[in-house]
Formats: sequence, C-alpha cells, structure tokens
Amino acid sequence: MRASREVGIAGYGAYVPRLRVRTADIAAAWKVRGAAAPAVAEKSVPAADEDVVTMAIEAARTALDRAGTGLQAIGAIWVGTESKPYAVKPSATIVAEALGITPHVVAADMEFACKAGSEAMQAAVAFVGSNMVEAALAIGMDTAQSKPGDALEYTAGCGGAAYLFAAAADSLAVVEASVSHVTDTPDFFRREAAHYPEHGGRFTGEPSYFRHTLAASRRLLAEVGSEAKDFAHAVFHQPVPKFVEKAAAELGFTRRQIRTGLVAPRMGNAYAGSSLLGLAAVLDVARPGDRIFFCSYGSGAGSDAFSFRVTERIEERRRGPSVVDYLERRRLVDGYGHYLKLRGKIRRS
Amino acid sequence: MRDVFIIGAGQTPVGEHWGLGLRELGAAAIRAALDDAGIETVDALFAGNMLGGAVNGQENLGALLADAAGLLPAEACKVEAACASGGAAVRLAAQSVGAGIHDVAVAVGVEKMTDAVSEQITVGLATASDGDYEASHGLSFIALSALLMRRYMHETGAAREDFAPFAVNAHRNAASNRNAMFREPISGEDFARSPQVAAPIGVLDAAPVCDGAAAVVVCAREALLPAHRAVRIAAAAAATDTIGLAGRADLLTLGAARRSAEKAFRASGFSPRDCDLFEAHDAFTIITALSLEACGFAPRGEALKRAAHGCFARGGCIPLSSCGGLKARGHPVGASGAYQVVEATAQLRGEAGPNQVAGARVALTQSIGGHGSIAVTHVLEA
Repeated sequence: MRASREVGIAGYGAYVPRLRVRTADIAAAWKVRGAAAPAVAEKSVPAADEDVVTMAIEAARTALDRAGTGLQAIGAIWVGTESKPYAVKPSATIVAEALGITPHVVAADMEFACKAGSEAMQAAVAFVGSNMVEAALAIGMDTAQSKPGDALEYTAGCGGAAYLFAAAADSLAVVEASVSHVTDTPDFFRREAAHYPEHGGRFTGEPSYFRHTLAASRRLLAEVGSEAKDFAHAVFHQPVPKFVEKAAAELGFTRRQIRTGLVAPRMGNAYAGSSLLGLAAVLDVARPGDRIFFCSYGSGAGSDAFSFRVTERIEERRRGPSVVDYLERRRLVDGYGHYLKLRGKIRRS
Repeated sequence: MRDVFIIGAGQTPVGEHWGLGLRELGAAAIRAALDDAGIETVDALFAGNMLGGAVNGQENLGALLADAAGLLPAEACKVEAACASGGAAVRLAAQSVGAGIHDVAVAVGVEKMTDAVSEQITVGLATASDGDYEASHGLSFIALSALLMRRYMHETGAAREDFAPFAVNAHRNAASNRNAMFREPISGEDFARSPQVAAPIGVLDAAPVCDGAAAVVVCAREALLPAHRAVRIAAAAAATDTIGLAGRADLLTLGAARRSAEKAFRASGFSPRDCDLFEAHDAFTIITALSLEACGFAPRGEALKRAAHGCFARGGCIPLSSCGGLKARGHPVGASGAYQVVEATAQLRGEAGPNQVAGARVALTQSIGGHGSIAVTHVLEA
C-alpha cells in the first residue's frame, strides 16, 4: 500500500518503565523444576504511578519534541494497546489532552493484540497521505497482561513508542510502502470479563506468528522490489527472541540486521509496544540512506509490514532519551510478591 | 475363521497438522492404504478414534470418513477403546473379514489433538480412566501413570533414570522415520534432565500430543492378487481389566495386556521367542516396561534390567518401537494402534528402509487403553 502523497516519520519517542522483575523469581515462586532457562532474564514492570496513558504521554512528548511540529498541525492520535486503563473510555483522549492537541483532533484507541501499535501507524500514514491532516500520532504502548504462572508471565513486559507522521519532506524516515496481512486465527485472546488472556500453546507459533509474519514480510519485499540484504536493519514483533531469529533467518536477514531492533531480551515483550520499540532503537542509531524493514505481529491474527528509508534529518532530530537509555535505567522490584502488587494481580476485594 | 491378510497400509506424518482436521487426516490415510492395495473401495470401514467427541465436537466418524474417502455407501462406524482405539479398529476389520461378513475392509485410526488447548486434552484423556472414582477426583491420565511408575520403582528398586533406554531407543529409531514427529536423538542425560510433569514422570517419559492417521486394508485369501505384498494377521486378540487401578490385585500386572497377548500367542501358535520385533504401547516409559512384562519379553520387574543390556534396541533380542513408537513417532491417541500395524507391516514386507529389522518374519503389536483396562494385541506374519 502506498499513500497518494509521500509520508514519513517526523519524530519518535520511546518509553520503558524503570522497574524490572527477574524471571528467575517468577520461576522460583511457581516452583518450576528442570525447565529450560526463561527466554528473557528480566522484564519491565510499571511502577504504581505508571500505566499505558502515562507511558504514552512520555513517549509522545519525546516524539513531538524531536519533530518540532506545531501542536495545531496534529490532526489525529491513535493509541494502540491491549492494556488500556479503562475498559470503556478512550486512552487517546487523555493523552491528547495532556499533549495539548485537543479538541480538533481525531482520537481513538486501536485494538489488535500486539499489532495495535502498527495499526495506528497504518492509519496515521493514511490520514497524512491523503492530506486529511498535516500530522498524526501513532502510539503502541502496553503494560502486557499475562496469567500468573503461565508461560507468558515470563516474557510479558511493559513499554512502547510513539511516532509522529507528517509529509515526507519534513521527515527523518520516509515510508516507502506498507502491507497488512490478517486472518481469523484465535491464537491468543481474552473474553469479555475474563481477568487474564488465554493462548493456544504451540498454536501461537507456526500457524500464527510465523505464518503471518512471513506472509506480510514477503509481500512487502515484493511490493518494494527488494531483498533482505537491501536493508540495514530489520525489526520484528518480539514475543521471545528465538521467534525473531527464526523468522528473520527464513526471510534471509542476518543476525547483524536484527541485533539493534531486538529489545525483548532486556525487557520482555511489550505486546503492542514491542515492534515499535524495536524500530525506535534502530532509529536511535540509523544513518541517512539506511533502509529499515519492519514487521509487527498481533494475535487474532495479523501483521503489518513497513519499509522505511532514513533521511539526513535523522541526526538533528535525535534529542532526548534513547531506547538504550531506558533499558539501562533499571531497578529490580523486591521479588515476585512486589511484582504481583504492582501488576494488580493480588485480589483485594 | 478365514485367514486374513493386510494388503494395503497408509499413514500421514505424525505432527502438528494445523491446517488438517479429522476429515482430511483420516481420508488421506485411507486413500494411501487403498492405493497401496491397488483397490478403489471396500465393503466396510472401521474408524478408531478416542477424542473426536470430547475434543473436536465430531462423532459419527464412520460416515464422516466413508464420505471423505469416497467409500459411500460402505458400512462404517467409529470404534472407541481409549488409547487402544486404533488397535481395536484393526481387530474389528480382521474379525469381520475372518468371519466371512466382508471380503475387504479398511481400518483407520485417526486423532486430531492440536486444535485444543492442553487443559481440554487433559480432560479428554482422563475420560479413559474411571470417571466416578478417578477422573472426577482430579486424577489425570498422567497422574495415574505416575502412580504406576512410583509403585514400580518402589517394588523393584529402580531409579527414574533406569527408564531412559526406552526413550533413547524410541528417539534413535524415529530419527530415520520421515513420518515421525521427533526426529532428534536424545541422550540418557537429556532424559534425566527433562522437566517433571507428574513426578516421577518427566517430559521425556511421555509421548507427545499430536495429530495423525494410519490405515490398513485387510482381505480374505480369496481376494488376494499376485501384486499384493500381503502380510497375514496370524492373531488379533483383545481383553479387559478393571477400569480403575484400585480394583486390581497387582498394580504392576497389566491383566488385559497379558491376557490379550496370551490369547494372541495361543491363536497364532507363536511365542514371544518367535517374535522378531515388538511395537509396544510406549505412551509412558512405565507402560513400556509393564507391556514388555505382560507379553512375556521380560519376567515381572525385569524389563528395565533387560533394557539396560540393550535387549530392546535394534539388533537386540527383541527390537522395540522400530519406527520411533508412541514416544517419538508420536501418539495421536486413537491412531497409534493403527500406526503400529502399519509399521509392522512395512517391517514384514522388508520395506522399512533405514528402520528395517533384518529378516523380520513375525511381529507383535500391542495397543493399550486406559492404563491397561483394555488391550488389543496383534501377531503379524510375513
């Protein structure tokens, strides 16, 4: 898919909470014996005063600061998440209000499991690309949900990133093309009123993550007439590092191409924020002329793939905290009990 | 009874067939068996399956598979005997042809397990045990196996690691079977390190949850053609024991397995000594040991010692699980008994390729359901 006018990223910003829980502490609490080492050593945890809204505001402020775009130019904002603080009430309006871009703005929350953030990116490209608005904010942010003791509890982390899309002429990275690939595949879901999500075990692999990630990626490569080797970096959704390594290898990407964008080993899987954080980590180091391959994955299921070309503006826009700054800013929680408290997993009424 | 011959065998690879259901898997195995036999249709279809109703919401597999495999309007029905369903289907096909009711019949075992989450599978498998006195009290299928294994270790002084040779042998054999699910060899150390599922059972004691289907076409001597590479079903025997473990005088004697083996040996005129290979019901390593002892391949409490001496490896005194067994070829529960017969047929035809047991003339297969409450044993002769 290509917009009728060229669109790019004018500014971007990331956010990862400071707190971490060691997955060894989770394994100890559940008395898991003899199991393979957890896929990630520690994962990010929101503090008592952090949620998707506060984290989205932090990331968006960095994005707006880097872009230098006037607030009145921003005509749309979407927050993609599966952990919105309110079941019914948009997060996007709170973020928009805090950023000072209300009231003449299109605002909504996007829902598509871990693909919600890239869904917001597609919408932003379309709004800007059709000249309906000058600039649009796309945010992917999560305090990822998982059932206590479930396999997902060892990886479900917190964080995300915000992207301000505007005309290509003012961008630090131009969108070359994007594709979307979706099917009805129930690999992970949470029913109305259920407290924790459920997943289909090994069904989440081959027929879900790999099928959609590979299909969307191949379609995008065909769309832009490129091969894996034509890209400086490749970013994928990161449920566990080995999924990314396997998908990348199948598509012909090298370990070197995926290294920068693979943030999950240091903070876990931030669901809707995961691939967007990986992209931010790449933009933190990318050089003018670099091409970046991006492919998200969301359960239910689908993938959005984007091809970006970095412009010479990248250097001047790189103000403020980098993804690595956030990853290095870390403090351990006081064991599994403290983690449970912070994640609201202890029922008090 | 007329003599009965296997003239066609077919199977799908065992694994996670995300895009295939009971219909596609079952029909694929049936068509492969018919092609192998060089025939178009049969008089009757017996479909072995355990979890279709509980897990897939699909009963009436006789009609489903007769239709899907192009066998209408042949007589057809589902055969259910827990994990022995596949073996029971083969026996019923042999019985109907042997009794002169049909001239040509096909037996298929089919199971589709990967569409369900593991909790559903655990509940489904528990229906093979005693619903009133075991399952409803929270005893899962694997927990009951763990009780048997604990008792075996208690009585014989065996350690958990002593069960390793069964799993190591199964994985080694599966490595060269292109239809097997696990084609990676494992070591005794891998076995010892594998995470516990229900102590003392670890992951590598247990067969995997998977999908698959296998089928054989059987016929009477009158229907044999020169082109058929026929294998004779020298005996097909079944027996039962108490459905609950609590009712048994001796937990470590699988009565149904022993009685069905005795009947099969008596009917065929063969003895354990005459067998060139044994396809055992190795769903858990403890069941392998108990099945070997029930069939007379080891005295009570001695199976692990014989295993330690390599008796059950390829080239040993009685090669076990020659194509990987339930443990490593995979255990699509209601299909496993049919896979055993398909693999034994390949061995007796000399068509088992890298898995061939040299000079195999007589094979024993044993399919066990519900912790030995039901067992079906076949003696096949080249």
